[in-house]
Amino acid sequence: MRIDSGTIEGGTGTDVEDVSAFRARAAEWLAATMPPAVPNRARGGDDSIAIWDRARELQRILHAGGFAGLVFPKQYGGQGLTVAHQRAFNELCGPYEMPLLLNVPSFTIMAATLLDFGTEEQKRRHIPAILRGDEVWVQFLSEPSGGSDLASARTRATRDGDHFVLNGAKVWSSAAFVADYAMILARTNWDVPKHRGLTMFIVQVHQPGITVNRIKQVDGSAEFCEEFFTDVVVPEADILGRENDGWTVATTLLAHEKNAVGGGSPYISGATALIERQDPIGELVELAGGPAALEDGHLAELVGEAIMLQEVRKHTIASVAARMARGEMQAPASAVLKLFDATSHMRTSDISVELAGSGAASNSGLAGRYLMRQARCLAGGSNEIQRNIISERVLGMPREAAADRDVPFRELGASRTSRA
Amino acid sequence: MICPPDEEQRIFLDTTLSFLQRTCGTEAVRALADTPAGFDRAWWRQGAELGWTGLLVAEELGGGSVSGAGLLDLLLVAEQLGRHVGPGPLIPTSAALAGIAGSDGAARHARTIDAVVAGESVLTWCAAAARGETGPTLSGGGDGLVLSGTAVDVEAAADADVLLVSATSPDGPTQVLVAADAPGVTVTTTGSIDLTRRLGVVRFDGTPIAADALVGVPGGAADDIARQRRIAVVLQCAEAVGAAERVFDFTLDYVADRFSFGRPLSSYQALKHRFADMKTWLEAARGIVAGAARAEQAGGPEAERTVAAAKAYAGDVLPQLVQDCVQMHGGIGVTWEHDLHLYLRRVSFHRALYGTPNEYRRRLASSAAA
Repeated sequence: MRIDSGTIEGGTGTDVEDVSAFRARAAEWLAATMPPAVPNRARGGDDSIAIWDRARELQRILHAGGFAGLVFPKQYGGQGLTVAHQRAFNELCGPYEMPLLLNVPSFTIMAATLLDFGTEEQKRRHIPAILRGDEVWVQFLSEPSGGSDLASARTRATRDGDHFVLNGAKVWSSAAFVADYAMILARTNWDVPKHRGLTMFIVQVHQPGITVNRIKQVDGSAEFCEEFFTDVVVPEADILGRENDGWTVATTLLAHEKNAVGGGSPYISGATALIERQDPIGELVELAGGPAALEDGHLAELVGEAIMLQEVRKHTIASVAARMARGEMQAPASAVLKLFDATSHMRTSDISVELAGSGAASNSGLAGRYLMRQARCLAGGSNEIQRNIISERVLGMPREAAADRDVPFRELGASRTSRA
Repeated sequence: MICPPDEEQRIFLDTTLSFLQRTCGTEAVRALADTPAGFDRAWWRQGAELGWTGLLVAEELGGGSVSGAGLLDLLLVAEQLGRHVGPGPLIPTSAALAGIAGSDGAARHARTIDAVVAGESVLTWCAAAARGETGPTLSGGGDGLVLSGTAVDVEAAADADVLLVSATSPDGPTQVLVAADAPGVTVTTTGSIDLTRRLGVVRFDGTPIAADALVGVPGGAADDIARQRRIAVVLQCAEAVGAAERVFDFTLDYVADRFSFGRPLSSYQALKHRFADMKTWLEAARGIVAGAARAEQAGGPEAERTVAAAKAYAGDVLPQLVQDCVQMHGGIGVTWEHDLHLYLRRVSFHRALYGTPNEYRRRLASSAAA
């Protein structure tokens, strides 16, 4: 798997602009060009199509200024710069409104995976369009019957000459209602063990035969979607990677996802980490009743703990990402970041409820966030899956017994419930 | 490694590592536990000759770093010392020496600095007062300065030759150097949870302080004291990471070798998930301690916050990690015979000294409220 800086050495040669010169140029350009940050835009339950249109518009501005896709290679519409340039840029972006929505999954997961597995034609066609803000991408991986077991996909792609016919259902895709393209994992061979009969395809989201429904969440938002596929025709030129080797593509995609969600992705643009744009600590102090309330030692310790977690998260991302780049840790180590992020998010959520006291019952914004506490521990692979990955693939402990190993997929048992 | 060594640091680290491997096996550490000082002065001198004591001291004062970033050099020593649960006053000596060598008018303490850097003289730091007390207080003026009061939790108190005392005075926080055998100084050794690191109470009873014993400007020591504390915290956290990582490594081996109900302990998902949590704590502790060391080395305004977060986090999760490893070992884990307690003692010692995790959380909150 190639998610370390090796993939994105757009240029380490002498022609690359010095980081401090770049920083100065970017600072000047940002101040002259980008609008000021809008508090809480694109956060919480705001899932309207307008915020996505706004993100695309902002991305076009960045692209026109030469600040889109900093670490992507020049031949695919990027700037061919290094992670150090991207970091310098991100540190400057706090005061400005940035198209952060496009980071996940479009830049950090989908474009990154395209870079790893796309044919020259696929890369030239899609990566520049993603970096221009013209194409928003989504991943169609999970299925109603599958849960964490992605390799059990039952959506079928049946070969018919030089194309495939797609039938089935996917779920938990983020913002598919605004997406242009998707990567979809489908079963192309039912007579081999489950990991060996899958193929990844590129499909246009809005076309005959694909129905996209939005799923309402407990906080009232409807960002997640479910999709139904009926006789959708996909040309074989839209296979990503090799036929029946879709699991290899999916595994890399998932590593990019963990890295993105955990905050360690080199492709994140416009923020030092995805969630650090707001001021959660100021919010916690407000929940506690303002600075004076922190004279209470217990409340102070809770706020201090939240600050601690924020600091630790930032430095852990830097440390683990650096160890991965040096080859001391391999790609599965991004599960460490993912698990830290999810567990510290849980803890911070509990802290906010305790700080609010009885207000936790009446504050609807806080309530919405608390009711969604576990989402971060589920999306992109549950905490339990991360713990399996860390113990088995980072620490080398024995793997769980698998009833599905070396058994042809069609002979396996399946869930009876429709959404697991 | 918490911060990966560069080429020069690598050579320095290798020398230190082979010295520790030769001299600090757990048998040797256990033998030191039965000695009054808990460390051998000749051994400490050898450590000083390897460069441990001069890293935070400027070259013109007889010190010098390996890489240009002395605290990051010293971090490597502390981490390995933790892995070996090695003895010696590395932390109080380093923190106090950094304070003296970094203070205004440091040159007047050149002789003391020389002797400490050479390992001939043992320096410790009287940093803390008992809860609810003010601790050592300076009174009088000019050549009539007098020190009175009690410092607690002083590492290597009974074996130090020189004490850096952080005192209160009418002018504000002031630091002075006091010879351990000066009039009115009484040292009482207390218990210590660590096997080789000794703690003591130092009582000053009208100890006369000459004007040239002042470190820095009278009343102006607050920043020096804060920096010394941050250095002590960074180094103790590095030792704790080293110790906890060693325990994690051998516990991972242990559960792979040990069979229960016909299969290795390491194959049980209930235990695997706990190792995944421990690995996460360890990587997070390593990350925040690296961040804290770099911030302190850089000397910017984030140092206070980052170092506080390091102690608040590592101070809690590392003892928890070692306790969990005791649990993974079963009954053997709470025996004197098994080495686990050496490491548990060390991480618990560091949790308690120079401020507890909750104290640092309150500090973090007060900076947010300010």
